[in-house]
Amino acid sequence: MTALLEVSELSKRFGGLHAVEALSFSVGEGEILGLIGPNGAGKSTVFNLINGVFAPSAGRVAFRGEDITGAAPYRVARLGLARTHQIVQPFAGMSVLDNCTVGACFGRENLPLAKARQAAREAAALVGLEKRLDAPALELTIAGKKRLELARALAARPALLMLDEVLAGLNPTEVAQMVETLRTIRGRGLSILMIEHLMQAIMSLSDRIVVLTSGTKLSEGSPAQVAHDPAVIAAYLGDPEMVRRPP
Amino acid sequence: MLRRPFFWIIAVTIALFAAAPHGSDVELRESLILAAVYITLASNLNLMLGYAGYVNFGSIVFFGLGGYFCVYFMGSLGWGLASSLVVSGVAVSAAALVFGLGILRLRGVHFALATIGVNEAVMAFVTNFEPWGGSTGIYLSPELFQPLGGPASALWVIYYLLVAIMGASLYLSYFIKRSKFGLGLLSIGQNEDAAAVLGVPAPRYKALAYSASALLPAVAGGLYFFKGAFVQPADAFDLTLSTEAIVITMLGGQGTIVGPALGAYLYEELRGWLLTSETFANFQLVVAGVLLLLIVQFAPEGLMGFLYRRFPRLRRILE
Repeated sequence: MTALLEVSELSKRFGGLHAVEALSFSVGEGEILGLIGPNGAGKSTVFNLINGVFAPSAGRVAFRGEDITGAAPYRVARLGLARTHQIVQPFAGMSVLDNCTVGACFGRENLPLAKARQAAREAAALVGLEKRLDAPALELTIAGKKRLELARALAARPALLMLDEVLAGLNPTEVAQMVETLRTIRGRGLSILMIEHLMQAIMSLSDRIVVLTSGTKLSEGSPAQVAHDPAVIAAYLGDPEMVRRPP
Repeated sequence: MLRRPFFWIIAVTIALFAAAPHGSDVELRESLILAAVYITLASNLNLMLGYAGYVNFGSIVFFGLGGYFCVYFMGSLGWGLASSLVVSGVAVSAAALVFGLGILRLRGVHFALATIGVNEAVMAFVTNFEPWGGSTGIYLSPELFQPLGGPASALWVIYYLLVAIMGASLYLSYFIKRSKFGLGLLSIGQNEDAAAVLGVPAPRYKALAYSASALLPAVAGGLYFFKGAFVQPADAFDLTLSTEAIVITMLGGQGTIVGPALGAYLYEELRGWLLTSETFANFQLVVAGVLLLLIVQFAPEGLMGFLYRRFPRLRRILE
Protein backbone atom coordinates (compact mmCIF):
# COMPACT_ATOMS: atom_id res chain seq x y z
CA MET A 1 0.00 0.00 0.00
CA THR A 2 1.40 3.41 -0.94
CA ALA A 3 1.21 6.00 1.79
CA LEU A 4 -0.86 9.03 0.87
CA LEU A 5 0.17 10.94 3.94
CA GLU A 6 3.44 10.27 5.71
CA VAL A 7 4.10 11.96 9.03
CA SER A 8 7.58 11.39 10.42
CA GLU A 9 9.08 12.42 13.75
CA LEU A 10 6.73 15.40 13.94
CA SER A 11 7.17 17.67 16.97
CA LYS A 12 5.61 20.90 18.09
CA ARG A 13 6.53 22.91 21.16
CA PHE A 14 4.57 25.90 22.41
CA GLY A 15 7.07 27.54 24.72
CA GLY A 16 7.86 24.84 27.26
CA LEU A 17 4.89 22.69 26.35
CA HIS A 18 5.58 19.69 24.15
CA ALA A 19 2.24 19.49 22.37
CA VAL A 20 3.39 16.85 19.90
CA GLU A 21 6.58 14.84 20.35
CA ALA A 22 8.29 12.77 17.61
CA LEU A 23 5.05 11.45 16.19
CA SER A 24 5.11 9.20 13.12
CA PHE A 25 2.25 7.57 11.28
CA SER A 26 0.92 7.24 7.77
CA VAL A 27 -2.40 7.11 5.99
CA GLY A 28 -2.67 4.75 3.05
CA GLU A 29 -4.58 5.19 -0.18
CA GLY A 30 -8.28 4.53 0.50
CA GLU A 31 -7.72 4.02 4.21
CA ILE A 32 -9.62 5.46 7.15
CA LEU A 33 -7.31 6.20 10.04
CA GLY A 34 -8.77 7.22 13.37
CA LEU A 35 -6.82 9.46 15.71
CA ILE A 36 -7.96 9.18 19.30
CA GLY A 37 -6.69 10.28 22.66
CA PRO A 38 -7.77 12.12 25.77
CA ASN A 39 -8.46 15.87 25.74
CA GLY A 40 -5.24 17.81 25.29
CA ALA A 41 -3.40 14.85 23.76
CA GLY A 42 -2.48 17.01 20.75
CA LYS A 43 -4.86 15.63 18.12
CA SER A 44 -6.02 18.95 16.71
CA THR A 45 -2.45 20.23 16.87
CA VAL A 46 -1.44 17.31 14.65
CA PHE A 47 -4.08 18.43 12.12
CA ASN A 48 -2.84 21.99 12.30
CA LEU A 49 0.73 20.80 11.71
CA ILE A 50 -0.27 18.69 8.73
CA ASN A 51 -2.23 21.36 6.89
CA GLY A 52 0.14 24.17 7.70
CA VAL A 53 -1.81 26.23 10.21
CA PHE A 54 1.21 25.76 12.51
CA ALA A 55 4.77 25.15 11.37
CA PRO A 56 6.24 22.11 13.16
CA SER A 57 9.25 22.53 15.46
CA ALA A 58 10.77 19.38 13.95
CA GLY A 59 9.85 16.51 11.69
CA ARG A 60 8.44 16.12 8.23
CA VAL A 61 5.04 15.82 6.57
CA ALA A 62 4.79 14.33 3.08
CA PHE A 63 1.57 14.26 1.10
CA ARG A 64 1.35 12.28 -2.14
CA GLY A 65 5.12 12.02 -2.10
CA GLU A 66 5.60 15.78 -1.81
CA ASP A 67 7.17 17.45 1.22
CA ILE A 68 4.56 19.84 2.63
CA THR A 69 6.23 20.52 5.98
CA GLY A 70 5.29 24.05 7.01
CA ALA A 71 3.64 24.88 3.65
CA ALA A 72 0.86 27.49 3.83
CA PRO A 73 -2.64 26.06 4.36
CA TYR A 74 -3.89 27.22 0.96
CA ARG A 75 -1.08 25.38 -0.82
CA VAL A 76 -1.82 22.21 1.11
CA ALA A 77 -5.50 22.52 0.23
CA ARG A 78 -4.65 22.93 -3.44
CA LEU A 79 -2.68 19.67 -3.34
CA GLY A 80 -5.84 17.84 -2.34
CA LEU A 81 -5.93 17.83 1.43
CA ALA A 82 -9.18 19.12 2.90
CA ARG A 83 -10.17 19.42 6.55
CA THR A 84 -13.03 20.33 8.79
CA HIS A 85 -12.73 22.31 12.02
CA GLN A 86 -13.61 21.11 15.47
CA ILE A 87 -15.13 24.52 16.15
CA VAL A 88 -17.16 25.27 13.03
CA GLN A 89 -15.84 28.11 10.86
CA PRO A 90 -18.62 28.93 8.39
CA PHE A 91 -18.61 32.04 6.20
CA ALA A 92 -21.58 33.19 8.23
CA GLY A 93 -22.95 35.85 5.89
CA MET A 94 -22.61 33.75 2.76
CA SER A 95 -25.14 31.19 1.52
CA VAL A 96 -24.63 27.48 1.98
CA LEU A 97 -24.04 27.18 -1.76
CA ASP A 98 -21.42 29.95 -1.78
CA ASN A 99 -19.68 28.37 1.22
CA CYS A 100 -19.38 25.09 -0.67
CA THR A 101 -18.42 26.85 -3.90
CA VAL A 102 -15.37 28.33 -2.15
CA GLY A 103 -14.29 24.79 -1.31
CA ALA A 104 -14.79 23.64 -4.90
CA CYS A 105 -13.17 26.70 -6.50
CA PHE A 106 -9.97 26.59 -4.54
CA GLY A 107 -9.63 22.88 -3.85
CA ARG A 108 -7.70 20.21 -5.65
CA GLU A 109 -9.32 20.71 -9.03
CA ASN A 110 -9.15 24.51 -8.97
CA LEU A 111 -12.50 24.62 -10.77
CA PRO A 112 -13.87 27.64 -12.61
CA LEU A 113 -16.91 29.24 -10.99
CA ALA A 114 -19.69 27.52 -12.98
CA LYS A 115 -18.25 24.04 -12.56
CA ALA A 116 -17.50 24.78 -8.92
CA ARG A 117 -21.18 25.58 -8.32
CA GLN A 118 -22.08 22.16 -9.68
CA ALA A 119 -19.50 20.43 -7.49
CA ALA A 120 -20.79 22.47 -4.54
CA ARG A 121 -24.38 21.34 -5.16
CA GLU A 122 -23.25 17.71 -5.30
CA ALA A 123 -21.29 18.04 -2.07
CA ALA A 124 -24.22 19.74 -0.33
CA ALA A 125 -26.55 16.98 -1.49
CA LEU A 126 -24.15 14.33 -0.23
CA VAL A 127 -24.36 15.67 3.32
CA GLY A 128 -28.10 16.40 3.11
CA LEU A 129 -27.98 20.21 2.78
CA GLU A 130 -29.53 20.35 -0.69
CA LYS A 131 -32.65 22.10 0.61
CA ARG A 132 -30.74 24.85 2.39
CA LEU A 133 -28.55 25.99 -0.50
CA ASP A 134 -29.72 29.62 -0.42
CA ALA A 135 -29.83 29.95 3.36
CA PRO A 136 -27.11 32.08 4.96
CA ALA A 137 -24.74 29.80 6.85
CA LEU A 138 -25.46 31.60 10.12
CA GLU A 139 -29.06 30.35 10.02
CA LEU A 140 -28.01 26.70 10.17
CA THR A 141 -28.24 24.72 13.39
CA ILE A 142 -25.02 23.42 14.92
CA ALA A 143 -25.62 20.08 13.19
CA GLY A 144 -26.20 21.95 9.94
CA LYS A 145 -22.95 23.87 10.38
CA LYS A 146 -21.08 20.61 11.00
CA ARG A 147 -22.56 19.28 7.78
CA LEU A 148 -21.53 22.46 6.04
CA GLU A 149 -17.94 21.98 7.23
CA LEU A 150 -18.03 18.52 5.72
CA ALA A 151 -19.70 19.68 2.49
CA ARG A 152 -17.15 22.45 1.96
CA ALA A 153 -14.31 19.99 2.43
CA LEU A 154 -15.93 17.45 0.10
CA ALA A 155 -16.63 20.06 -2.56
CA ALA A 156 -12.87 20.42 -2.92
CA ARG A 157 -12.83 16.79 -4.13
CA PRO A 158 -9.82 16.07 -1.94
CA ALA A 159 -7.50 13.08 -2.01
CA LEU A 160 -7.44 13.07 1.78
CA LEU A 161 -10.14 14.33 4.10
CA MET A 162 -9.23 15.27 7.67
CA LEU A 163 -12.24 15.34 9.98
CA ASP A 164 -11.87 17.00 13.37
CA GLU A 165 -14.71 15.78 15.60
CA VAL A 166 -17.55 16.07 13.12
CA LEU A 167 -19.79 14.19 15.57
CA ALA A 168 -19.12 16.34 18.63
CA GLY A 169 -22.10 18.36 19.81
CA LEU A 170 -24.66 16.39 17.82
CA ASN A 171 -27.63 14.59 19.36
CA PRO A 172 -27.98 10.80 18.88
CA THR A 173 -30.24 11.12 15.82
CA GLU A 174 -27.87 13.59 14.19
CA VAL A 175 -24.92 11.36 15.04
CA ALA A 176 -26.62 8.41 13.34
CA GLN A 177 -27.27 10.52 10.23
CA MET A 178 -23.73 11.83 10.15
CA VAL A 179 -22.26 8.34 10.57
CA GLU A 180 -24.42 7.24 7.66
CA THR A 181 -23.04 10.14 5.59
CA LEU A 182 -19.49 9.17 6.55
CA ARG A 183 -20.17 5.60 5.44
CA THR A 184 -21.36 6.89 2.07
CA ILE A 185 -18.22 8.96 1.70
CA ARG A 186 -16.14 6.00 2.74
CA GLY A 187 -17.89 3.91 0.10
CA ARG A 188 -16.50 6.29 -2.53
CA GLY A 189 -12.97 5.27 -1.65
CA LEU A 190 -11.88 8.60 -0.20
CA SER A 191 -9.00 8.40 2.29
CA ILE A 192 -9.90 9.84 5.67
CA LEU A 193 -7.96 10.85 8.76
CA MET A 194 -10.41 11.48 11.57
CA ILE A 195 -10.35 12.67 15.16
CA GLU A 196 -13.31 11.52 17.17
CA HIS A 197 -14.26 11.13 20.79
CA LEU A 198 -17.25 8.96 20.12
CA MET A 199 -15.66 5.51 20.49
CA GLN A 200 -18.47 3.49 19.01
CA ALA A 201 -18.44 5.56 15.83
CA ILE A 202 -14.70 5.71 15.30
CA MET A 203 -14.19 2.05 16.11
CA SER A 204 -16.73 1.02 13.50
CA LEU A 205 -15.60 3.47 10.80
CA SER A 206 -11.82 3.19 11.03
CA ASP A 207 -9.54 0.65 9.36
CA ARG A 208 -6.76 1.52 11.74
CA ILE A 209 -6.40 3.63 14.86
CA VAL A 210 -3.58 5.66 16.34
CA VAL A 211 -3.83 6.54 20.02
CA LEU A 212 -2.18 9.73 21.20
CA THR A 213 -1.49 10.77 24.73
CA SER A 214 0.49 13.83 25.79
CA GLY A 215 1.59 14.32 22.20
CA THR A 216 3.16 10.88 21.74
CA LYS A 217 1.90 7.71 20.17
CA LEU A 218 0.66 5.27 22.75
CA SER A 219 -0.63 2.57 20.46
CA GLU A 220 -1.45 1.79 16.86
CA GLY A 221 -3.39 -1.00 15.20
CA SER A 222 -6.79 -2.22 14.15
CA PRO A 223 -9.72 -1.02 16.25
CA ALA A 224 -9.87 -4.39 17.99
CA GLN A 225 -6.14 -4.43 18.78
CA VAL A 226 -6.22 -0.91 20.12
CA ALA A 227 -9.33 -1.53 22.20
CA HIS A 228 -7.61 -4.44 23.92
CA ASP A 229 -4.23 -2.82 24.42
CA PRO A 230 -3.84 -2.57 28.21
CA ALA A 231 -1.87 0.67 27.91
CA VAL A 232 -4.72 2.27 25.97
CA ILE A 233 -7.31 0.97 28.35
CA ALA A 234 -5.42 2.36 31.31
CA ALA A 235 -4.66 5.72 29.77
CA TYR A 236 -7.78 6.45 27.89
CA LEU A 237 -10.71 4.14 27.99
CA GLY A 238 -10.77 3.94 31.76
CA ASP A 239 -10.74 1.23 34.39
CA PRO A 240 -9.36 -2.09 32.98
CA GLU A 241 -11.84 -4.00 35.11
CA MET A 242 -14.68 -2.52 33.06
CA VAL A 243 -13.80 -4.41 29.87
CA ARG A 244 -13.56 -7.74 31.63
CA ARG A 245 -17.02 -7.50 33.01
CA PRO A 246 -19.58 -9.30 30.88
CA PRO A 247 -21.95 -6.93 29.07
CA MET B 1 -23.51 39.06 -17.92
CA LEU B 2 -25.35 41.18 -20.51
CA ARG B 3 -28.61 39.50 -19.61
CA ARG B 4 -28.45 40.54 -16.01
CA PRO B 5 -30.52 43.65 -15.24
CA PHE B 6 -27.81 45.07 -13.03
CA PHE B 7 -25.42 45.39 -15.96
CA TRP B 8 -27.92 47.72 -17.59
CA ILE B 9 -28.68 49.60 -14.40
CA ILE B 10 -25.03 50.63 -14.28
CA ALA B 11 -25.15 51.58 -17.97
CA VAL B 12 -28.21 53.78 -17.39
CA THR B 13 -26.54 55.45 -14.40
CA ILE B 14 -23.54 56.33 -16.53
CA ALA B 15 -25.76 57.62 -19.33
CA LEU B 16 -27.69 59.82 -16.89
CA PHE B 17 -24.46 61.29 -15.55
CA ALA B 18 -23.24 61.97 -19.06
CA ALA B 19 -26.50 63.50 -20.28
CA ALA B 20 -27.62 65.50 -17.24
CA PRO B 21 -25.67 68.77 -17.51
CA HIS B 22 -26.14 70.61 -20.81
CA GLY B 23 -23.98 73.26 -22.37
CA SER B 24 -23.96 76.00 -19.79
CA ASP B 25 -25.09 74.10 -16.72
CA VAL B 26 -21.70 74.38 -15.07
CA GLU B 27 -22.98 74.27 -11.52
CA LEU B 28 -24.65 70.91 -11.96
CA ARG B 29 -21.55 69.63 -13.72
CA GLU B 30 -19.32 70.61 -10.81
CA SER B 31 -21.56 68.87 -8.32
CA LEU B 32 -21.67 65.76 -10.51
CA ILE B 33 -17.88 65.81 -10.77
CA LEU B 34 -17.72 65.61 -7.01
CA ALA B 35 -20.26 62.80 -7.07
CA ALA B 36 -18.27 60.90 -9.69
CA VAL B 37 -15.09 61.27 -7.61
CA TYR B 38 -16.91 60.13 -4.47
CA ILE B 39 -18.39 57.10 -6.23
CA THR B 40 -15.02 56.19 -7.75
CA LEU B 41 -13.24 56.43 -4.40
CA ALA B 42 -15.96 54.63 -2.45
CA SER B 43 -16.47 51.84 -5.00
CA ASN B 44 -12.80 51.03 -5.12
CA LEU B 45 -12.41 51.32 -1.36
CA ASN B 46 -15.26 48.83 -1.18
CA LEU B 47 -13.10 46.18 -2.88
CA MET B 48 -10.95 46.12 0.24
CA LEU B 49 -13.44 47.22 2.89
CA GLY B 50 -16.59 45.47 1.72
CA TYR B 51 -15.21 42.44 -0.08
CA ALA B 52 -11.97 41.48 1.66
CA GLY B 53 -12.91 43.04 5.02
CA TYR B 54 -9.81 45.21 5.31
CA VAL B 55 -10.27 48.82 6.41
CA ASN B 56 -8.12 51.10 4.30
CA PHE B 57 -7.99 54.51 5.98
CA GLY B 58 -5.36 55.80 3.59
CA SER B 59 -6.99 55.03 0.26
CA ILE B 60 -6.53 58.68 -0.71
CA VAL B 61 -2.84 57.99 -1.33
CA PHE B 62 -3.82 56.36 -4.64
CA PHE B 63 -5.80 59.43 -5.69
CA GLY B 64 -3.03 61.82 -4.66
CA LEU B 65 -0.19 59.85 -6.21
CA GLY B 66 -2.18 59.47 -9.42
CA GLY B 67 -2.64 63.24 -9.42
CA TYR B 68 1.07 63.87 -8.91
CA PHE B 69 2.17 61.41 -11.59
CA CYS B 70 -0.28 62.79 -14.12
CA VAL B 71 0.53 66.45 -13.46
CA TYR B 72 4.25 65.68 -13.54
CA PHE B 73 4.02 63.72 -16.80
CA MET B 74 2.05 66.49 -18.47
CA GLY B 75 3.77 69.52 -17.00
CA SER B 76 7.40 68.44 -16.85
CA LEU B 77 7.65 65.67 -19.42
CA GLY B 78 5.21 67.11 -21.91
CA TRP B 79 3.12 63.95 -22.31
CA GLY B 80 -0.47 64.01 -23.56
CA LEU B 81 -3.44 63.58 -21.24
CA ALA B 82 -4.32 60.03 -22.30
CA SER B 83 -0.87 58.53 -21.90
CA SER B 84 -0.32 60.44 -18.63
CA LEU B 85 -3.55 59.02 -17.18
CA VAL B 86 -2.86 55.45 -18.26
CA VAL B 87 0.73 55.43 -17.02
CA SER B 88 -0.29 57.10 -13.73
CA GLY B 89 -2.96 54.47 -13.10
CA VAL B 90 -0.68 51.55 -13.92
CA ALA B 91 2.24 52.97 -11.91
CA VAL B 92 0.15 53.58 -8.78
CA SER B 93 -1.51 50.19 -9.11
CA ALA B 94 1.90 48.50 -9.41
CA ALA B 95 3.20 50.41 -6.39
CA ALA B 96 0.10 49.32 -4.45
CA LEU B 97 0.81 45.70 -5.33
CA VAL B 98 4.31 45.98 -3.86
CA PHE B 99 3.09 47.83 -0.75
CA GLY B 100 0.18 45.43 -0.43
CA LEU B 101 2.34 42.32 -0.35
CA GLY B 102 4.09 43.92 2.62
CA ILE B 103 1.40 45.55 4.73
CA LEU B 104 -1.31 42.96 4.07
CA ARG B 105 0.51 40.59 6.37
CA LEU B 106 -1.09 42.75 9.04
CA ARG B 107 -4.68 42.27 10.04
CA GLY B 108 -7.48 44.27 11.57
CA VAL B 109 -6.55 47.46 13.34
CA HIS B 110 -2.85 46.99 12.55
CA PHE B 111 -3.56 47.02 8.84
CA ALA B 112 -5.78 50.09 9.22
CA LEU B 113 -2.96 51.93 10.99
CA ALA B 114 -0.44 50.85 8.38
CA THR B 115 -2.61 52.34 5.61
CA ILE B 116 -2.52 55.70 7.36
CA GLY B 117 1.23 55.22 7.66
CA VAL B 118 1.58 54.61 3.94
CA ASN B 119 -0.31 57.82 3.17
CA GLU B 120 1.72 59.88 5.65
CA ALA B 121 5.00 58.39 4.43
CA VAL B 122 4.21 59.13 0.80
CA MET B 123 3.11 62.65 1.74
CA ALA B 124 6.33 63.24 3.68
CA PHE B 125 8.34 61.96 0.74
CA VAL B 126 6.54 64.14 -1.81
CA THR B 127 6.80 67.21 0.44
CA ASN B 128 10.57 66.82 0.33
CA PHE B 129 10.87 65.71 -3.27
CA GLU B 130 12.15 68.70 -5.26
CA PRO B 131 11.32 67.44 -8.79
CA TRP B 132 7.67 67.47 -7.67
CA GLY B 133 7.91 70.95 -6.23
CA GLY B 134 8.26 69.94 -2.60
CA SER B 135 5.71 71.51 -0.29
CA THR B 136 4.63 74.11 -2.85
CA GLY B 137 3.53 71.53 -5.39
CA ILE B 138 3.30 71.74 -9.18
CA TYR B 139 1.39 74.29 -11.26
CA LEU B 140 0.33 73.49 -14.78
CA SER B 141 0.33 76.07 -17.53
CA PRO B 142 -3.17 76.88 -18.85
CA GLU B 143 -1.77 76.18 -22.30
CA LEU B 144 -2.02 72.50 -21.56
CA PHE B 145 -5.80 72.85 -21.95
CA GLN B 146 -5.36 74.01 -25.56
CA PRO B 147 -5.16 70.52 -27.13
CA LEU B 148 -8.61 69.89 -25.62
CA GLY B 149 -10.09 73.01 -27.19
CA GLY B 150 -9.34 75.56 -24.47
CA PRO B 151 -10.21 75.59 -20.75
CA ALA B 152 -13.99 75.68 -21.15
CA SER B 153 -14.21 72.67 -23.41
CA ALA B 154 -11.40 70.87 -21.53
CA LEU B 155 -13.53 70.91 -18.40
CA TRP B 156 -16.25 69.07 -20.28
CA VAL B 157 -13.75 66.51 -21.56
CA ILE B 158 -12.53 66.01 -17.99
CA TYR B 159 -16.10 65.64 -16.83
CA TYR B 160 -16.90 62.90 -19.36
CA LEU B 161 -13.68 61.10 -18.56
CA LEU B 162 -14.46 61.20 -14.84
CA VAL B 163 -17.91 59.79 -15.53
CA ALA B 164 -16.26 57.03 -17.57
CA ILE B 165 -13.90 56.27 -14.68
CA MET B 166 -16.86 56.18 -12.30
CA GLY B 167 -18.66 53.76 -14.62
CA ALA B 168 -15.54 51.63 -14.94
CA SER B 169 -15.33 51.52 -11.13
CA LEU B 170 -18.90 50.26 -10.84
CA TYR B 171 -18.34 47.63 -13.53
CA LEU B 172 -15.06 46.58 -11.92
CA SER B 173 -16.85 46.07 -8.59
CA TYR B 174 -19.56 44.13 -10.38
CA PHE B 175 -17.29 41.83 -12.37
CA ILE B 176 -15.07 41.13 -9.39
CA LYS B 177 -18.07 40.30 -7.24
CA ARG B 178 -19.35 37.86 -9.86
CA SER B 179 -15.97 36.18 -10.34
CA LYS B 180 -14.02 33.46 -8.63
CA PHE B 181 -11.58 36.13 -7.44
CA GLY B 182 -14.50 37.96 -5.84
CA LEU B 183 -15.78 34.83 -4.15
CA GLY B 184 -12.31 34.30 -2.71
CA LEU B 185 -12.19 37.91 -1.46
CA LEU B 186 -15.65 37.64 0.13
CA SER B 187 -14.61 34.46 1.92
CA ILE B 188 -11.47 36.21 3.19
CA GLY B 189 -13.72 39.00 4.45
CA GLN B 190 -15.87 36.50 6.31
CA ASN B 191 -13.16 34.35 7.86
CA GLU B 192 -9.65 34.59 6.51
CA ASP B 193 -8.28 31.54 8.32
CA ALA B 194 -11.10 29.30 7.14
CA ALA B 195 -10.69 30.64 3.60
CA ALA B 196 -6.99 29.78 3.61
CA VAL B 197 -7.72 26.26 4.85
CA LEU B 198 -10.11 25.85 1.92
CA GLY B 199 -7.36 26.85 -0.47
CA VAL B 200 -7.97 30.56 -1.05
CA PRO B 201 -4.52 32.09 -1.71
CA ALA B 202 -5.22 34.89 0.74
CA PRO B 203 -1.92 36.85 0.58
CA ARG B 204 -2.00 37.04 -3.22
CA TYR B 205 -5.71 37.82 -3.42
CA LYS B 206 -5.51 40.59 -0.84
CA ALA B 207 -2.56 42.21 -2.58
CA LEU B 208 -4.33 41.98 -5.94
CA ALA B 209 -7.47 43.55 -4.47
CA TYR B 210 -5.39 46.34 -2.93
CA SER B 211 -3.71 46.90 -6.27
CA ALA B 212 -7.00 46.80 -8.20
CA SER B 213 -8.51 49.29 -5.75
CA ALA B 214 -5.67 51.71 -6.59
CA LEU B 215 -5.98 51.79 -10.38
CA LEU B 216 -9.11 53.84 -11.05
CA PRO B 217 -8.76 56.24 -8.07
CA ALA B 218 -5.28 57.05 -9.41
CA VAL B 219 -6.70 57.89 -12.84
CA ALA B 220 -9.48 59.92 -11.20
CA GLY B 221 -6.81 61.77 -9.19
CA GLY B 222 -4.94 62.51 -12.40
CA LEU B 223 -8.06 64.03 -13.95
CA TYR B 224 -9.01 65.90 -10.80
CA PHE B 225 -5.65 67.63 -10.37
CA PHE B 226 -5.29 68.25 -14.09
CA LYS B 227 -8.65 70.00 -13.87
CA GLY B 228 -7.34 72.28 -11.10
CA ALA B 229 -4.00 72.65 -12.95
CA PHE B 230 -2.33 72.46 -9.56
CA VAL B 231 -1.31 69.78 -7.09
CA GLN B 232 0.22 70.11 -3.64
CA PRO B 233 0.80 67.56 -0.84
CA ALA B 234 -1.84 68.95 1.53
CA ASP B 235 -4.59 68.49 -1.09
CA ALA B 236 -3.34 65.29 -2.68
CA PHE B 237 -2.94 63.31 0.52
CA ASP B 238 -5.75 64.80 2.59
CA LEU B 239 -7.07 62.12 4.92
CA THR B 240 -10.43 63.92 4.99
CA LEU B 241 -11.34 62.52 1.59
CA SER B 242 -10.24 59.02 2.71
CA THR B 243 -12.49 59.25 5.72
CA GLU B 244 -15.36 60.55 3.62
CA ALA B 245 -14.96 57.55 1.29
CA ILE B 246 -15.30 55.26 4.33
CA VAL B 247 -18.40 57.09 5.57
CA ILE B 248 -19.93 56.86 2.08
CA THR B 249 -19.22 53.14 1.74
CA MET B 250 -20.49 52.32 5.21
CA LEU B 251 -23.57 54.54 4.80
CA GLY B 252 -24.59 52.97 1.49
CA GLY B 253 -23.67 49.44 2.49
CA GLN B 254 -20.21 47.86 2.38
CA GLY B 255 -19.88 44.88 0.08
CA THR B 256 -22.79 45.99 -2.10
CA ILE B 257 -22.33 47.75 -5.43
CA VAL B 258 -25.29 50.11 -5.25
CA GLY B 259 -24.27 51.08 -1.72
CA PRO B 260 -21.22 53.25 -2.47
CA ALA B 261 -23.12 55.07 -5.25
CA LEU B 262 -26.18 55.68 -3.08
CA GLY B 263 -23.97 56.63 -0.14
CA ALA B 264 -22.09 59.11 -2.33
CA TYR B 265 -25.32 60.78 -3.38
CA LEU B 266 -26.69 60.99 0.17
CA TYR B 267 -23.40 62.16 1.59
CA GLU B 268 -23.00 64.86 -1.04
CA GLU B 269 -26.53 66.12 -0.35
CA LEU B 270 -25.84 66.16 3.37
CA ARG B 271 -22.48 67.85 2.89
CA GLY B 272 -24.00 70.51 0.66
CA TRP B 273 -26.68 71.20 3.20
CA LEU B 274 -24.22 71.36 6.08
CA LEU B 275 -21.77 73.63 4.24
CA THR B 276 -24.50 76.15 3.47
CA SER B 277 -26.20 76.05 6.86
CA GLU B 278 -25.09 78.72 9.28
CA THR B 279 -24.97 76.44 12.27
CA PHE B 280 -23.03 73.55 10.80
CA ALA B 281 -20.76 75.17 8.22
CA ASN B 282 -17.71 74.65 10.40
CA PHE B 283 -18.77 71.30 11.74
CA GLN B 284 -19.25 69.40 8.51
CA LEU B 285 -16.66 66.76 9.39
CA VAL B 286 -17.91 66.44 12.94
CA VAL B 287 -21.29 65.47 11.54
CA ALA B 288 -19.65 62.99 9.17
CA GLY B 289 -17.79 61.47 12.11
CA VAL B 290 -20.91 61.17 14.22
CA LEU B 291 -22.70 59.62 11.25
CA LEU B 292 -19.94 57.02 10.90
CA LEU B 293 -20.14 56.21 14.61
CA LEU B 294 -23.89 55.71 14.39
CA ILE B 295 -23.65 53.47 11.32
CA VAL B 296 -20.90 51.30 12.77
CA GLN B 297 -22.76 50.99 16.04
CA PHE B 298 -26.32 50.47 14.86
CA ALA B 299 -26.36 49.56 11.17
CA PRO B 300 -22.99 48.11 10.15
CA GLU B 301 -24.53 46.67 6.99
CA GLY B 302 -25.52 50.15 5.78
CA LEU B 303 -28.59 51.19 3.81
CA MET B 304 -28.43 48.61 1.03
CA GLY B 305 -27.51 45.87 3.49
CA PHE B 306 -30.60 46.78 5.49
CA LEU B 307 -32.81 46.82 2.38
CA TYR B 308 -31.47 43.47 1.14
CA ARG B 309 -32.19 41.94 4.52
CA ARG B 310 -35.72 43.30 4.65
CA PHE B 311 -36.49 42.62 0.99
CA PRO B 312 -34.37 39.66 -0.14
CA ARG B 313 -35.98 39.81 -3.59
CA LEU B 314 -34.13 43.05 -4.28
CA ARG B 315 -30.99 40.97 -4.62
CA ARG B 316 -32.30 39.47 -7.81
CA ILE B 317 -32.17 42.84 -9.49
CA LEU B 318 -29.56 44.82 -7.60
CA GLU B 319 -26.14 43.87 -6.31
